[in-house]
Amino acid sequence: MEKQKLKYDPYNLIITGVGGQGNVMASRVLGNMLSKMGYTVTIGETFGASQRGGSVMSHLRISSSDAFSPQIAKGRAHMIIALEPTEAIRVLAQYGNADVKVLCNTRPIYSVGVISGEQNYPSQEDIEKWVNELSAQSWFINATDEAMAKMKNPIFGNIMLLGALAGTNELPLSREGFQETISESMPADKVEINMTAYDSGIGMLG
Amino acid sequence: MTNIAEHDKNARHLLMGNEAIARGALEAGVAVAAGYPGTPSSEIIENLARVSGKRDLYVEWSTNEKVAMEVAAAASFAELRSMCVLKQNGVNVASDFFLHLAGSGTRGGMLIIPCEDPGALSSINEGDSRHFSRMLEVPLIEPGDFQEAKDMTKWGFELSEELRCPVMLRSVTRLSHASGNVVFGDLPEVDHKARFQHDGFILDPDTGIVSSAPVDYRHGLQQEKIKKAEEIFETSPFNTYTGPEKPELLVITSSACNLYTREAVLLLGAEDRVGILKLGTTWPLPPKLLEKHLAMTDKIMIVEEVIPFLEENIKILAAELAGSIGAKTFYGKRDGSIPTTNEMNPDLVVAPMAEVLGMAYEGASAEYTEKALPLAFFNAPSRDLTFCPGCPHRASFWNIHHALTLDNRNGFVCGDIGCYSMAILPTGFSTLRTMHAMGSGTGVASGFGQLGRFGMDQPVMAVSGDSTFFHAVLPALVNAVHHKADITLVVLDNSGTAMTGFQSHPGLDTDAQGGDAIKLDIRKICESMGITVRESDPFDFKDTQQQIFELMEIQEGVKVLILKQACALSPEKKHTKKFEMKVVEEACRGENCGCNRLCTRIFRCPGLVWDQEQGISKIDDAICVGCGVCADICPAGAIDRKEVA
Repeated sequence: MEKQKLKYDPYNLIITGVGGQGNVMASRVLGNMLSKMGYTVTIGETFGASQRGGSVMSHLRISSSDAFSPQIAKGRAHMIIALEPTEAIRVLAQYGNADVKVLCNTRPIYSVGVISGEQNYPSQEDIEKWVNELSAQSWFINATDEAMAKMKNPIFGNIMLLGALAGTNELPLSREGFQETISESMPADKVEINMTAYDSGIGMLG
Repeated sequence: MTNIAEHDKNARHLLMGNEAIARGALEAGVAVAAGYPGTPSSEIIENLARVSGKRDLYVEWSTNEKVAMEVAAAASFAELRSMCVLKQNGVNVASDFFLHLAGSGTRGGMLIIPCEDPGALSSINEGDSRHFSRMLEVPLIEPGDFQEAKDMTKWGFELSEELRCPVMLRSVTRLSHASGNVVFGDLPEVDHKARFQHDGFILDPDTGIVSSAPVDYRHGLQQEKIKKAEEIFETSPFNTYTGPEKPELLVITSSACNLYTREAVLLLGAEDRVGILKLGTTWPLPPKLLEKHLAMTDKIMIVEEVIPFLEENIKILAAELAGSIGAKTFYGKRDGSIPTTNEMNPDLVVAPMAEVLGMAYEGASAEYTEKALPLAFFNAPSRDLTFCPGCPHRASFWNIHHALTLDNRNGFVCGDIGCYSMAILPTGFSTLRTMHAMGSGTGVASGFGQLGRFGMDQPVMAVSGDSTFFHAVLPALVNAVHHKADITLVVLDNSGTAMTGFQSHPGLDTDAQGGDAIKLDIRKICESMGITVRESDPFDFKDTQQQIFELMEIQEGVKVLILKQACALSPEKKHTKKFEMKVVEEACRGENCGCNRLCTRIFRCPGLVWDQEQGISKIDDAICVGCGVCADICPAGAIDRKEVA
């Protein structure tokens, strides 16, 4: 297959969220889709103890030719996908720059500090304002609530965001590529629901 | 998911470092793999177990790392290829046997594979097992990328067979748990035949006895093997140089730091000024190779994680070679260029590199960072670690904490390693007061339990997980019983090695390969030692707290309480809700209740949140797993549980 030239080489993408949101699965599906197309992909992920309610982050380096470090240098991200809105702010502070783009799920997951009343959780309006200030372009979708309403399971929020990523046209992703990858990694009866999630994600981009 | 047992030669796959290591082992025709789960190592054994039937392997989760190494060694003695996989602290556990194994030597190729965790992303230490290679005199090899993770694993078996000693292949979190593209080699036909030859001449390495004695003879032999490894390493293709013939700065690096160093050179655009000597063979160092490269320039930077292992060994060589290579200026840990704690990243390499080269590097733009950092600092709430929603440990520590508080004798709990370690934090009501290695809770408690004679009158408790019980608690428990230590051990039995992903252990009836196994009963084991044993369900607050009180009342000797409730993420529970939970709005008195927000301020389950607008608590349906426990903590009875039909 002829590889499309990437907008940047390497294209540096971060998927962030909270343990249990399917961060690792999203990064592996996306990595596999691009790897199958012939791109060289490196993924660095933080999981383990950080799964238990902590912030999690996957760094994807996508290149037409070379393998890069599993950690992106500070200030060098091109796209940040946040499964949780305040995690977008946290990651922007470390890896953001004036040209970065952000795709953000709007459903909050409260940290124990917020639950206990020791910390505040910012309003949706404030988060959107800050993300806009800190990025060149941003998209906000309520993937979790849509997944709960449509699929009765919040976990599909991660696949919706992958669909939405395809919709941004930032990376050369295709529906067929997603279907092929998901068919290889999931039992046959789970493929359809994942396709629905992917399609809804594209649809929600507006 | 990539099937690592497909023949698939020359196919290119995106593999996790641990999958690449497992594939390399299959390409080498490994026959036996044993380990004990520990992040970031667990997926190697898991992947091999998954294909064990297809590739004629024996794979086991051993009781602990020392046993795992012994099990793997036996296969090597019977002329099969074998491997032992563990995390950094597992090497400490296995080290006594490892010392003797290094002395006795091996037959079939044998790899010891520690996957380590610089930065302690999933550990409570950043132990560095590279030092064991020098201390125990065994060769150490370290892959510098994902392809090498596979290729060096395969080569490691050949090397071990050639040298007749165990070889350490070390990985780190950023290789083991990172992913990259790997091209497959071929898989051999497997027809493993085991036979242990032991009746030849006793000193014969192929047919004699396998032992580190007689020490004067065997130790000499072992050092000859290290000499031979040094020679082999001189021409190893896994030691590579990239850069100009006469670089201004030579960077010597290995492992994941190879990737950060490459990136740093690119970020600076200093490809014409910096050379990188990437070492795949890090102990013993090949002196001629080092001499050749050290002679290239007088500025040498050594990039590695945590303790200066490479740096010190290179400096010894540089001192010996001073006559031919001249004086050098070193940049590394000793002069503060590279940090000695935490993991490395491209920024930590690019900064000192830019300084040595007199170049400017602007990472994140100052203007952007000035705006973004305070926004994140003040508005993105920190995420302290917490027990999962529905976790039985939250309930167990709620009970233990209550019982100790009501007992009012300043009692305390000694802890160790597992998800329950988090009870040192508010999520477990800060109940753990000591925390060290696997099984240490019981060992330390056994010591505290002797201090009554010196006036200590506080109740002593310990906690242990079910897998930890078999791993390292048993000897400590035997010690406590034998010496009549006055302690109460609470076994938090959540039916699996939960923290690392539900690997099997001796308390379960299946093994790593999914076959039938003999299930050892913790209760019967304890009772056979004469221990008073009680059992309860931690979700039953009343009974659990009553049991703890009663056991603490018994003054003499060891008492054990087994708290049984499966992990919320266990295959049997995941995606199932026992109860539909609801906060009854009219019943929750909110801020006006005398409880002072007990449910959210203290209990802190992520599934139960505070509704700022309404000033009452509410269930977060995206998070709550319906364990039902919080219904019992609300003094106003405002949390309602309804059994899901």
